[in-house]
Amino acid sequence: MRFDYAPAPQPTDFVDLDASYGLFVGGEFVDPVDGRRFKSVSPSSEQVLAEVAEAGAEDVDRAVATARQAYDAVWSKLPGLERGKYLFRIARIIAERARELAVLESLDNGKPIRESRDVDIPLVAAHFFYYAGWADKLPHAGLGTHPRSLGVAGQVIPWNFPLLMLAWKVAPALACGNTVVLKPAETTSLTALRFAEICQQAELPPGVVNIVTGAGETGRTLVTHPGVNKVAFTGSTEVGRSIAQSVAGTDKKVTLELGGKAANVIFDDAPIDQAVEGIVNGIFFNQGHVCCAGSRLLVQESVYEDVLAGLKRRMGTLRVGDPLDKNTDIGAINSPQQLEKIRLMSEVGEAEGARRWSPACPLPERGYWFPPTVFTGVSQAHRIAREEIFGPVLSVLTFRTPDEAIEKANNTPYGLSAGVWTEKGSRIFWMAQRLRAGVVWANTFNRLDPASPFGGYRESGYGREGGRHGLTAYLRTGQEAGQ
Amino acid sequence: MTSTPCLARAGLGEVTASDSSLRRFLHGLPGVDEVAAEARAAMLATRSIKADAKQFALELPIRMIDLTTLEGRDTTGKVATLCAKARQPEPSDPDVPPVAAVCVYPDLVSEARRCLEGSGVKVASVATGFPSGRTSLAVKVHDTMDAIDAGADEVDMVIDRAAFFVGRYRQIFDEIRAVKQACGQLHLKVILETGELATYDNVRRASWLAMLAGADFIKTSTGKVSPAATLPVTLVMLEAVRDFRDATGRQVGVKPAGGIRTAKDAIRYLVLVNETAGPDWLDPAWFRFGASSLLNDLLMQRQRMHTGRYAGPDYFTVD
Repeated sequence: MRFDYAPAPQPTDFVDLDASYGLFVGGEFVDPVDGRRFKSVSPSSEQVLAEVAEAGAEDVDRAVATARQAYDAVWSKLPGLERGKYLFRIARIIAERARELAVLESLDNGKPIRESRDVDIPLVAAHFFYYAGWADKLPHAGLGTHPRSLGVAGQVIPWNFPLLMLAWKVAPALACGNTVVLKPAETTSLTALRFAEICQQAELPPGVVNIVTGAGETGRTLVTHPGVNKVAFTGSTEVGRSIAQSVAGTDKKVTLELGGKAANVIFDDAPIDQAVEGIVNGIFFNQGHVCCAGSRLLVQESVYEDVLAGLKRRMGTLRVGDPLDKNTDIGAINSPQQLEKIRLMSEVGEAEGARRWSPACPLPERGYWFPPTVFTGVSQAHRIAREEIFGPVLSVLTFRTPDEAIEKANNTPYGLSAGVWTEKGSRIFWMAQRLRAGVVWANTFNRLDPASPFGGYRESGYGREGGRHGLTAYLRTGQEAGQ
Repeated sequence: MTSTPCLARAGLGEVTASDSSLRRFLHGLPGVDEVAAEARAAMLATRSIKADAKQFALELPIRMIDLTTLEGRDTTGKVATLCAKARQPEPSDPDVPPVAAVCVYPDLVSEARRCLEGSGVKVASVATGFPSGRTSLAVKVHDTMDAIDAGADEVDMVIDRAAFFVGRYRQIFDEIRAVKQACGQLHLKVILETGELATYDNVRRASWLAMLAGADFIKTSTGKVSPAATLPVTLVMLEAVRDFRDATGRQVGVKPAGGIRTAKDAIRYLVLVNETAGPDWLDPAWFRFGASSLLNDLLMQRQRMHTGRYAGPDYFTVD
């Protein structure tokens, strides 16, 4: 008997959008100096949601100067306890406005409402709550007795988790006493601008948070700005590399959270049904637009057939479509450019001789879509096993022994995350000691928590965000602080 | 001797030979990660079922209910009213189908049989020293025969959990086989009492053990132990019947019982079935609810779908 779920659309009528947004500088929305604007498009419907200002060099100048003024005059002088109060207030407002933020995130980004509602926005609030708690306890963070703030942080964030990445950047920066100028990705500015309104609602002192919208050029202007003391970037390895070059020789502190090609390792004694869920969650969560996605599946050969059969069956139940339908599992690809990149890499995979498979799944006519895809017969030499695709595309490889699993898992220029699936506790520790990845998940994947540090090895970047470790990125500690 | 044709075909003929071969097999099944299994069940519980899908999901469970009364104070009078409800759950709306079965103690089977004559509603009887199962095999078989002689169409037996915990798997296997033999063509549901088994690994092993021994259905609970049916336990059992059919070609049904009280609960179970074992199980022949108060909530929600209004509980018969 067929049980087809009827459409269950999330109402959107309580999300009011202005036709046009300015830059958020000094606690107010201001027009960009040269008046340039670009359109923010919903990737699921291709409809224009709003126009957004494009910040030029003068606008960035003004934002940095405003942030400096707010730092000197107000924020750096405020006791931690008071900074914490503002952050707690912001966290509470985010929790109160969670539904509105989730809907807006799904509209603008294309991710399923189930994820923005159940993962993104709760984590955003959790991050602000977490760092709010640190604001008055910094002398007890194990970073010296008087860790000091840095000044103005220039922060550039990606489009895959727009508001969550904002939280990862803004919450620790503010908790540590810095002021910020943040640039959201050009395809996903709207929740950052909504966050600006939340700052107003929380009566955060003007200039403590400034948001300059724009594309790559705006970001470049911000991170190379001489008035910025700290650069924090999450995005592609290519851009990260150019940022590292541009700040070389300056005294700017830098954290980079870049790409990944994570190995998800399934041993033959794994809980197979849950491992299949973990594979699905590892690569199809957020359409695979996840820097820590488990995009390389390493399966022990003795369970290869079982795992693959289970995976294909499970992929057949994935629901691809309208991000605002509460039953959607996989939403829209964020932009036509990204869709083209995913298509291209998939063609490369086929041309290199890997076998491509997708379940039969109807895709909507409008918008940018890509079906969940798995490549088998992949070897380490294939580009789809080495390069980040940043889409719902999984490469499956096999191994025979734990040593071989480690060798293959580590055989990548990246090192952001990894997963291990086994019922054997000792093997989890054995693997975790040897995997070169910032995060190793055991019998789970893509699980994030504000108390847990996150960051990469080598081409996945440096520095840690989240947890106590995340504080170090925004503080002058020990000798740096003159102790 | 112990092997049935479908097990032999699947190469499982030898695993049932002894306690140790059963142990090797059952303990060789993939483990269940508790956190991830519960997360999966919780995720599926967020499915939003609307419009036509909701109508479907409110009507199908009515036909899947084993309307149950299993109390020491059950009388023929109580059973008669329950049977009337089972035949015609909603007197004012003849479109409402009858439930799947009425489930009673063996001594009330004949009364249920009499009340349900010609209705198509099956009589299910618990047996084998329900709910604890602490009787000899001879008594268990006799108990089963009593129920069958009185006219039961289906038998709900319990497994010996003590034997399970000390690893006497072959004893459980033999008991199920003996009861199934007594049942002949009649449907045998094997109650695992998952609330006592405690871990999902145990639930998976007990599920396979019951299926290997010939169970037509595996059922979560007696309703006498808390927790009774839960979504994650049912998830693990649905995975087991799915894998068992893949391995042997034989389809086994699943019956969560106890603690399922609202239409919302029932819809969540249907989603779980749909996305775990698949649509083949979305049929009263393969999925049942052991419940009593669930029926009225389904009727109430169903009426609301048709009329747009809730009637108070007094507008639905209490039986």
